[in-house]
Amino acid sequence: MGTYALRRVLQTIPILFIISILLFLMVRAAPGGPLTAARRNPNVSKEQIEAIEEKLGLNDPLPVQYGRWLGNMLQGEMGESIKFRRPVSEMIGERIPNTLILVGASFLVTLLFAIPIGILSARKPYSLFDYSMTTITFIGQAIPVYWLGLGLIVIFYVTLKNPFTGDPLFPVGGMNTRGMEGDLLDTLWHLVLPVSALSLGWIAWYSRFLRSSMLDVLHEDYVRTARAKGLSERLVYYKHALRNAILPLVTLIALDLPSLFAGALFVETIFSWPGMGRLFWDAAKGRDYPVLLGVVMLTAILIIVCNILADLAYGWLDPQVKYE
Amino acid sequence: MAFLITRRFFKHKLAGVAVAVLALLVLAAVFANLSPHDPLAQNPANSFQKANAVHWFGTDELGRDFFTRILYGGRVSLAVGLLSTFLSITLGIIVGSLSGYFGGWLDSALMRVTDAFLTFPTIFVLIILGAFLREQQLFILQNSIFVVIVIIAALSWMWPARLVRGLFLVLREKEFVTASRALGGSDVRIIVRHILPNCVGPILVSGTLQMASAIITESGLSYLGFGVQPPTPTWGSILSTAQDKIFRAPWLAFYPGLMIFITVMAINYIGDGLRDAFDPYVIHTET
Repeated sequence: MGTYALRRVLQTIPILFIISILLFLMVRAAPGGPLTAARRNPNVSKEQIEAIEEKLGLNDPLPVQYGRWLGNMLQGEMGESIKFRRPVSEMIGERIPNTLILVGASFLVTLLFAIPIGILSARKPYSLFDYSMTTITFIGQAIPVYWLGLGLIVIFYVTLKNPFTGDPLFPVGGMNTRGMEGDLLDTLWHLVLPVSALSLGWIAWYSRFLRSSMLDVLHEDYVRTARAKGLSERLVYYKHALRNAILPLVTLIALDLPSLFAGALFVETIFSWPGMGRLFWDAAKGRDYPVLLGVVMLTAILIIVCNILADLAYGWLDPQVKYE
Repeated sequence: MAFLITRRFFKHKLAGVAVAVLALLVLAAVFANLSPHDPLAQNPANSFQKANAVHWFGTDELGRDFFTRILYGGRVSLAVGLLSTFLSITLGIIVGSLSGYFGGWLDSALMRVTDAFLTFPTIFVLIILGAFLREQQLFILQNSIFVVIVIIAALSWMWPARLVRGLFLVLREKEFVTASRALGGSDVRIIVRHILPNCVGPILVSGTLQMASAIITESGLSYLGFGVQPPTPTWGSILSTAQDKIFRAPWLAFYPGLMIFITVMAINYIGDGLRDAFDPYVIHTET
């Protein structure tokens, strides 16, 4: 197991290498760059610009520049925001917890709904419940998250009001009401709409997947054996079938993480949630490339780490998996 | 064969309905110019009308006919979806078949690149590229549509590539491949004439998934302001401008999203029907 984990980590090195080269090329291709302002300034002479370029090492061969950039990245030096003149790592660091709260809460809600729906659909396939869930999940998968978010705002903020106070039912901006920072209940209240927008599609997708995974597993011999020895249906479903059916879900979730973060980007933008996605969108509007590239680099690393964890978890959950 | 598949496909009733819906959407987009209104003509005196007999979906903040704008938006959204899917599937087939057929170091190298692309958070990279190109003034009108098509394809070919590779790994061991090789068939001939035709079903199914996600991606990108640039209407950018008017005219946000939703729904059902039609083990029950 230990050697497998090590090998799995080593395997990602070439992948990280390719990603870093692509990102570096994007950094190089980024218009603007640190000298744009100086170039536009008529008081700065050509010689001065060349001197700065020399000092920043912009005239070195590309591989040398790449090496230096990678070295900085590995030390967590992602450069400085053009707009805010602050270290990118610091700006991202502030936003990570907020994104994790949003994504984590949505994920929890997704599993809370998707697993029971999947199981119940598989218990009575082609029943009325199964058909209505199939329809609902097809709808849920086709609704774009940004439209759903806007729809929720129209319904729960613009249209419906609290009958006693006349205030909107749910807040739609930020994490906290002004003056209530750090109040957990207030944050939860602010989470309701963003989490609903982010979760619906995922509930649809995972419940579909679990349903078909359950139906596959129910044909297996061990399920027949369990039934033959007289176990209750409850035990057969929840103990024997579910445990096996839920395994592929682990891999699937890891593969889906990039999309989950993409969804968070839209939701954070719509609901002004102060996470990485919102930071990214603001930076994109202001062409703040160091911030943009920092976020992408970090998200890519996060995704790789989660993939490794999922692989290891899979092996831990399924004793049949052999590590060569 | 084609007849059999078609017959099996239309046994899936919802897939049949979906084909009709999608055909209608495509026709409406193609013949958008038959609408008596101009999608760009402004008439501020006429702004924020609710749906009525003249303006079927009402008018927007500049008094433009919303229904016509949606039709024209469909042109862009559907074209981007279709063309980027075509590109990404083509690229995926090339990478996947080379990787799966030849194996060895070529396979390892191509799969590492595929894995690297898969860990890229697509929409983030799309936004960065969008921001680059917009700054470089490359991002004007027709140009921006073309660029969006290419970059969506460049970031989505990995799924079909993996699928095709998996199919090739199985099919290359089959007797008909050995037979063709024994008869002196070249690698190209074996790949193109013998193995690829056996992959058509799964590729078509994955094509529907790709197209649905390409349409959602393009709309999302344009919604965020980094896709196809105004004044060319697309469903995403119409939704984006409608968002600013959400207190004044919440219904404006409804239609463009609804169109995306219906299109994606129809494509998903077509995919479902294709999956059943190509899967010989599915038994059709009357439902």
